[in-house]
Amino acid sequence: MKSLAELQAIKAKMADKVQLREYDENSAIRVVVGMATCGIAAGARPVLSKFVEEVQAKNLSNVMVTQTGCIGICRYEPVVEVMEGTKKTTYIKMTPEKASRVVLEHLVNNKVVEEYTIGAAEKAGE
Amino acid sequence: MKEISLNILDVVGNSIKAKAKRIDIILAESVQRDVLELTIKDDGCGMAPEFLARVTDPFTTTRTTRRVGLGLPLLKMAAEGCNGTFSIESTVNVGTCVFATFQLSHLDRMPLGNMPETIVTLIGADDKIRYVYTHTTDTDTFVMDTKEIQDTLGEEIPLSAPEILAWIKDFVKENLENIKGGNL
Repeated sequence: MKSLAELQAIKAKMADKVQLREYDENSAIRVVVGMATCGIAAGARPVLSKFVEEVQAKNLSNVMVTQTGCIGICRYEPVVEVMEGTKKTTYIKMTPEKASRVVLEHLVNNKVVEEYTIGAAEKAGE
Repeated sequence: MKEISLNILDVVGNSIKAKAKRIDIILAESVQRDVLELTIKDDGCGMAPEFLARVTDPFTTTRTTRRVGLGLPLLKMAAEGCNGTFSIESTVNVGTCVFATFQLSHLDRMPLGNMPETIVTLIGADDKIRYVYTHTTDTDTFVMDTKEIQDTLGEEIPLSAPEILAWIKDFVKENLENIKGGNL
């Protein structure tokens, strides 16, 4: 079973990596997950976990995953916003599976997953 | 909410917004007494009596994006819907304490759900807050104190670093399994 003693080993391993993580603002991507009551009830917690997990697994040091409150479009929750400089993409009705795809296509390959965006939903008249 | 652990995540969000420096989450499960007791205690800004009196009314909220707030009403409903109780105490500049009980064997009791994920989500939301999570069963107790973890790591490594969050998630999961707790 895990004990606090293990942290020493992790600490040693991380010591060299911490320097590398200082990312440069220009290429930074922020993934913001709405975590108010509406988001949580709609399933935002596993979506957030998936983003954190995948970003770590793929070692995307320019990506920061953060939480925010109610974005104001509760019927579309779980809502995830991806911010790159002044560009913002709003993904709606997210699931952990959709999150994996957004990480791969958008965060890694820089191609917005159009079908999950709020724009696509509004066009479809949802 | 599909899990009590989601209600916990949501209600502790209030404590974070209240600028708490320390938040205690205490879960006591007792098969012998057929009860799950939840206490969430913070040292945040607290609430004035007028606000406290209507805080479980869905049309009371501090949020500005809409006029309803459902966090506390949903917890109250979840507890009272399975023969449990709900109460809240608060003092301005001292803090707030939410207390809820659930009858374990009640058909309508939601599962506790994924507490490790709730804990790391909270640490990810604000890793400067000291979270103390205490989980007791009829025979055992597990305590996770983020101050202990931070002290072990030293100041230069933030608790919200992905590697650390992943470790904390497993740490909580394994320790709950060890006391045969949280699986209800």
